[in-house]
Amino acid sequence: MTDKIQFCKGGGCTAKLGAGVLSRVLERLPKAPYDENLIVGFDSRDDAAVYKISENIAFVQTLDFFPPMVEDPYTFGKIAAANALSDIYAMGGQVKTALNIVCFPESMDLNILGEIMRGGAEKVIEAGGILAGGHSIADSDVKYGLSVTGIADPHKIYKNNGGKAGDVLVLTKKLGVGIICTANRVGEASERAMAEAIDSMTLLNKYAAEICRNYNIHACTDVTGFGFLGHVHEMLDNRLSCEINAEKIPYIPEAAAYADEFLLTAAGQRNRNFIGNNVRFENIGFAMEEILFDPQTSGGLLIALSEDEAEKMLREMKSKGMPAEIVGRFTDKKDIEIIVKGEKL
Amino acid sequence: MIKVNAMGDACPIPVVKTKNAIKELKGSGQVETLVDNEIAVQNLTKMANQKGYGVTSEKLEEGRYRVVMTIGEITAEEVKEEVCIPDSRSNKLVVVSSSFMGNGDDELGAALMKAFIFALTQQEELPSAVIFYNGGAKLTCEDSPTLDDIKSLEAQGVEIMTCGTCLNHYGLSDKLKVGSVTNMYAIAEKMMNAGLIIKP
Repeated sequence: MTDKIQFCKGGGCTAKLGAGVLSRVLERLPKAPYDENLIVGFDSRDDAAVYKISENIAFVQTLDFFPPMVEDPYTFGKIAAANALSDIYAMGGQVKTALNIVCFPESMDLNILGEIMRGGAEKVIEAGGILAGGHSIADSDVKYGLSVTGIADPHKIYKNNGGKAGDVLVLTKKLGVGIICTANRVGEASERAMAEAIDSMTLLNKYAAEICRNYNIHACTDVTGFGFLGHVHEMLDNRLSCEINAEKIPYIPEAAAYADEFLLTAAGQRNRNFIGNNVRFENIGFAMEEILFDPQTSGGLLIALSEDEAEKMLREMKSKGMPAEIVGRFTDKKDIEIIVKGEKL
Repeated sequence: MIKVNAMGDACPIPVVKTKNAIKELKGSGQVETLVDNEIAVQNLTKMANQKGYGVTSEKLEEGRYRVVMTIGEITAEEVKEEVCIPDSRSNKLVVVSSSFMGNGDDELGAALMKAFIFALTQQEELPSAVIFYNGGAKLTCEDSPTLDDIKSLEAQGVEIMTCGTCLNHYGLSDKLKVGSVTNMYAIAEKMMNAGLIIKP
């Protein structure tokens, strides 16, 4: 068997539709009658849907699938699953069941599919969930992901838009995996950089979310296709502004070098087109701008909470080896939504 | 001029191919890259701007764009020989601050503005950019009577920019039909760098 899978045009979350295009479509969908038990739906563009089924239990539903961003099918399976599972953690839920979503060319070696699904299944088990079924379609390109259902306490849902002015913003994983995978596609990424990106993408956000439970989290989301700034924008909910301290942004170091070589995705540019006008860069180099717009596959959690709590939480996360940092602060709404300050990179 | 065909290539391939062509130039010259999408044009332009190369782009037809980068000093003769269509843009900037031209009667003002934009498309020398703000922002949006003429300017390589705050103010954020959204920093910068500002 050949153990490599064909790359699609842009793998992982770089394959996501742009937020600009998407919001125009979503706004026009017919709306179902109001249901008070739907705690989180389309409207806030949150990570997952949350529906209350009893006073103490809500179910959390999400799905995510995409084309490969790495050549090794087993690794791809792990990354796709970690990415899909992440939405449950970003809502404050626990993973219960998962279903495979598979698109696979009829002519391709089925052992490759087996490897992809083995990677996915391992991650579901690590998440404490049960892989309970799935659906597959013959397609020209490989795509894989999961539909995941979790449960959460309806009183302790982490919405993406619950932040308050004065909250600080914690990011739990390094940025730059989109740029590194893109550089790797054209053979320009170092083995070290790619290894670090893969470690980051396969790491479940479960471990960060477990630490979050000990703190009073105001808002949480995960960083994926819309890039760091795109997801910060969603958290600000048109009622807050945010100052980002670029010097604190954790990123894989090679990402800056590759950005300076212009090994950039289309999705990163779409993110810039969508959100760029809401952002003012002060003393920020080109590479850092690109890192902040870079679409992430299975990126870290982005958490808003009070500063006191954040410092304690950060110590706990760092003691577990996570590269988490306090990267910004929410403020009352200003003339510009996001200000990124820093020393030139 | 080195020609690069990056039709059908996803980012970052057009950039990688163009960079390789620039290396082949060994110093100075021009590279023409054909791509099939606007985002690739933007990523190429971003690279040229960072590297300090001269860059022009135009939409040849639906799904076909040409980006020309000029690296280093090239002689007038080289340009004459190699560029098929001379770049007729200048560092003149047109600023449209209202959907009407002049004060007095708004019906007349709207007709004059439509005529002005059309006349602009017919000029031998084109502005480098047209910036639309305040009431002018309505002209780049759905239902604007001058949309086709503004698109024609854009197709000829004129940058079309509309103030984002103004679009928000008029509730037109999702109605923009041509060009890109800009902010006051970019507007101020464009104005400061313009050789001449034309305000109808």
